[in-house]
Amino acid sequence: MNLRSITVRRASNLTATVLMGAATFLVLLPLVIIFYHIVKMGISSINIGFFTNIPQPPGEAGGGMANGIAGSAVMIGMASLVGLPVGIFGAIYLTEYGTGRLATAIRFCADVLSGIPSIITGMVAYSLVVVPLKGFSALAGSFALSLIMVPIVLRTTEEQLKMVPATLREASLALGVPLWRTSIKVTLRSAMTGVITGVLLAIARVAGETAPLLFTALGNQFWSRKLTEPMAALPLQIFNFAISPYEDWHRLAWAGALVLVVMMFGLSLVARWLGRTKHS
Amino acid sequence: MNCKLSIRDLNIHFGDNHAVKNTIMDVAENSVTAIIGPSGCGKSTVLRSINRMHDLTPSARVTGTIMLDETDIYGRGVDPVTIRRRVGMVFQKPNPFPAMSIYDNVIAGYKLNGVLKKGEADEIVESSLKRVALWDEVKDRLRTGAVELSGGQQQRLCIARTIAVKPEVILMDEPASALDPISTLKIEELIEELKSKYTIVIVTHNMQQAARVSDVTAFFYLGELVEIGETRKLFTNPEKKQTEDYITGRFG
Repeated sequence: MNLRSITVRRASNLTATVLMGAATFLVLLPLVIIFYHIVKMGISSINIGFFTNIPQPPGEAGGGMANGIAGSAVMIGMASLVGLPVGIFGAIYLTEYGTGRLATAIRFCADVLSGIPSIITGMVAYSLVVVPLKGFSALAGSFALSLIMVPIVLRTTEEQLKMVPATLREASLALGVPLWRTSIKVTLRSAMTGVITGVLLAIARVAGETAPLLFTALGNQFWSRKLTEPMAALPLQIFNFAISPYEDWHRLAWAGALVLVVMMFGLSLVARWLGRTKHS
Repeated sequence: MNCKLSIRDLNIHFGDNHAVKNTIMDVAENSVTAIIGPSGCGKSTVLRSINRMHDLTPSARVTGTIMLDETDIYGRGVDPVTIRRRVGMVFQKPNPFPAMSIYDNVIAGYKLNGVLKKGEADEIVESSLKRVALWDEVKDRLRTGAVELSGGQQQRLCIARTIAVKPEVILMDEPASALDPISTLKIEELIEELKSKYTIVIVTHNMQQAARVSDVTAFFYLGELVEIGETRKLFTNPEKKQTEDYITGRFG
């Protein structure tokens, strides 16, 4: 080995390091730009009123997105009520019981379902719920969101359940515990932190969904009294206000965007934190 | 002696792989039967068929009969869960439930089945742990996690968990192979102790261990039962050439 080759090697190493560093920076840059921009535009409109008031007509100062935040919470809650059990128990079926073609078919369908653009999910919810019920409703919105949640929860839960060592299942079965009890009390429980992480990520995902709510929940300028009425949702309000011609509404939309991003950021952080404690 | 397990024409396939062939063997009540043989000879496969552990493997096919007293383990309409309550199992690697305390691990069979009666638990935990000689070592920290115990202690805990549900037969799949010599000795002493109450079938790689703990030894080779007989006789005066080659270390 001669000196020159070492110099060349060092130079190429340095070049590669710089290039990769630059690439990393470029990956982070959009996130930083988005965050900075949203904070800059939105922070001035964040106050108590934003979380307690409903939107004011254009031209009137103040107003908030309380109904949108509450509407999002209600619809995500209802979607979770249906989507989480279906996704989690479906995953248990796939890993613990499912063998052969049926399981493969379900897995394939879940993958296709999670790849379907959410606007199409919204259209399906429209024709399956909005049309029969003769009106836009929170129910229809929740239905659309749950359709998006199921495949995400199913696949993440399945991955987590697969990681539970077989010896643990066998330990339980050998004690004369039936498979269904073993699946829930041993396998699912062992995978719980990972499953919760997946659930949080699924919630974060649907919390930002706008398209499937456009013609299901529709949105509402006021508080909704019933689940069969149109209901406001945070991303919908952001969309509607952002495309409006009014300066006040634009400010509210930025504030709403900030709240939404912080919320999703928080959920992701909690999910990460849960995922980490598992390995330490 | 009473025959506890009677295996007839046992054949086990995994897909196209014929893992266990035409096995016939009897296991006497309150005895220790050791199954020895080189890796891949089907000894664990035979063991796991006795409490229907293969039910979970879709490609596995078990034919023949295994009688547990008067019950055909593979009989029509026989519930594998009922069988597993009568035939417990201890695994190669200690596998206590990591999320449970020592205490909860012992009564796991009751808790997971939701049949634990109030007031019973303390008694079951104490007697089971005493039986495996673990009580004095852990009685002051029953509520700590089971994973904090040493490997040998974990394995004795797993045995305590198995006997807590009062099985008739205990299957042991190389129970000491992951343990140090002192822990191994303790497990072996325990097997000797447990014999009075349970029927034990143990798979082991370690021929000295088979010689030390068992009354009867079965030698498997390439999925076939080559020889079964009284342990002392099998090790000192085997009938078959293959057995002699194996126990003298000429192969395997």
